[in-house]
Amino acid sequence: MKSLMKMTWMEAKLFLREPVSAFFTLIFPLLMLLIFGSIYNSQPEGVPGGTGMISPLIPSFTAMIIGVVGLMSVTITMATYRENGILRRLRTTPVSPLVVMAAQVIVVFVMTVLGMILLMVAGKLFYHVRSEGSILCFMGGMVLSSLSFFGLGFILAGTLPNARMAQIVAMVLNYPMLILSGAAWPRELMPETVQKISAFVPLTYVVNLLRGLWNGEAWGEHLLNVGVLVVMLILGVVISVKTFRWE
Amino acid sequence: MEAVIAVEGLRKVYGATVAVDGVSFEVGKGEIFGMVGPNGAGKTTTIECIEGLRKADGGKISVLGLDPQHDEKKLRKCTGLQLQQSNLPDRMRVWEALDMYSSFYESAVDWRELMSQLGLEEKRNSPFGKLSGGQKQRLFIALALLPDPQIVFLDELTTGLDPQARHAIWDLVRDVQARGKTVFLTTHFMEEAERLCDRVAILDHGKIVALDSPAGLIRGLEAEERIVFSLDGKLPSGFAESLSGEVHVEVEGQQVVVYGRNGRKNPLVGEVVNQLTQQGLAFRDLRTEQPNLEDVFLSLTGRAMRE
Repeated sequence: MKSLMKMTWMEAKLFLREPVSAFFTLIFPLLMLLIFGSIYNSQPEGVPGGTGMISPLIPSFTAMIIGVVGLMSVTITMATYRENGILRRLRTTPVSPLVVMAAQVIVVFVMTVLGMILLMVAGKLFYHVRSEGSILCFMGGMVLSSLSFFGLGFILAGTLPNARMAQIVAMVLNYPMLILSGAAWPRELMPETVQKISAFVPLTYVVNLLRGLWNGEAWGEHLLNVGVLVVMLILGVVISVKTFRWE
Repeated sequence: MEAVIAVEGLRKVYGATVAVDGVSFEVGKGEIFGMVGPNGAGKTTTIECIEGLRKADGGKISVLGLDPQHDEKKLRKCTGLQLQQSNLPDRMRVWEALDMYSSFYESAVDWRELMSQLGLEEKRNSPFGKLSGGQKQRLFIALALLPDPQIVFLDELTTGLDPQARHAIWDLVRDVQARGKTVFLTTHFMEEAERLCDRVAILDHGKIVALDSPAGLIRGLEAEERIVFSLDGKLPSGFAESLSGEVHVEVEGQQVVVYGRNGRKNPLVGEVVNQLTQQGLAFRDLRTEQPNLEDVFLSLTGRAMRE
């Protein structure tokens, strides 16, 4: 327990010292909100592209953080740790691989929550938008989505041969994923054929679930999204524990 | 001598390559045991099998009475390891690494004390990525000492260090021994093995070709020691005959070289100096050239250590 706490604290400091990951988790989504917010805010309510567009940005950008953190941070950190012999060094101690993985999960989860809180606070302060539903429900959806996505990161890190490969695959998957899922861009604005591809992008289910919950819809209306994410979560835990390699 | 490591018939094969081919030896409590040999001789494979990081294909290994494959967890608690090609995150600071690693052990020694003993006090807040090679190795030694281990494994500890840093590390390893710990190290520097180790196993192509104390290995060598000096005058004929045992003398200008069989009863240098003084010959720049472990390796394998 002591080792988990120390390692989590250490990983949190390392996360914040890495400017790129801290920027994309905490600052970039906030900037996006402010930029889109200022565009939409100049239009009157009720007009397409008006202030009504601001509220859905918060669940969408939360989904974006989850996607980026799960796919990029987890994958690249773990793959780099393995390649550079950082895991090898840890292996010489009695520390369990579960502690190493748990510390990563806790840190990226807390950072995701922080990024989300920044979005919510900015939304409330500048645009007076807030969730139509229960914040607890929304948080629940966010926890499920995050954990399923972190599992994906561990799977990639565990199965790709090296850190360079992990970085490339994560980047190549990341950008189309952000656009196709509707996390960075309203899916409704895309052609229908493109929208069909979205069904194959895991982040789509996160966007759907979070936007629904944010708008006050019940969990029961999102069985498909929840189902997909639960299956991803189970696969993620099983495969990432199985594919964990010290070196 | 109580053995803390016992290896019998260790074998490890990678595909068609036999990396370790039937290696057997014991390491006694409290000694600095060195495994030397050229790159690719099988040193790291051997040390990593003993540490339980790799699974041996054959043979028996016992470390503190434990089987490294089955009791890996237990072994981690009472041994300290420094591995080749292991790392810390670049942005982790020295004190943070020591603090975090000590949380992995139930009864770790005080890391602050270790930090100052290993001369890392000034570097306390430096990120790992900014440390010099010697400082990194000192930090790794500190991490290896955190569990207050009975055995410390050091794999290629001084590779890539400048001579000054290397000497400083040697002092540290002697300190570790003085604390009553057993040290198992590998190196491809013959000088390091000779200066540091109580006993040395010479490994070549996965086999131990010799195992003894450095002095014992050199004594067993059919090599010559050389006494070299300069003389202002001429060397009297019959000087060689005035020395005991088999010796021969070569003169080239002012320089005189006396060759004697290694491992003779009376030290050759004493006799040479005695005779020179007795015969009233003014000599200068006298030095002796002893055979060393490099020569031992050369005579055992027919190859020089460094290609």
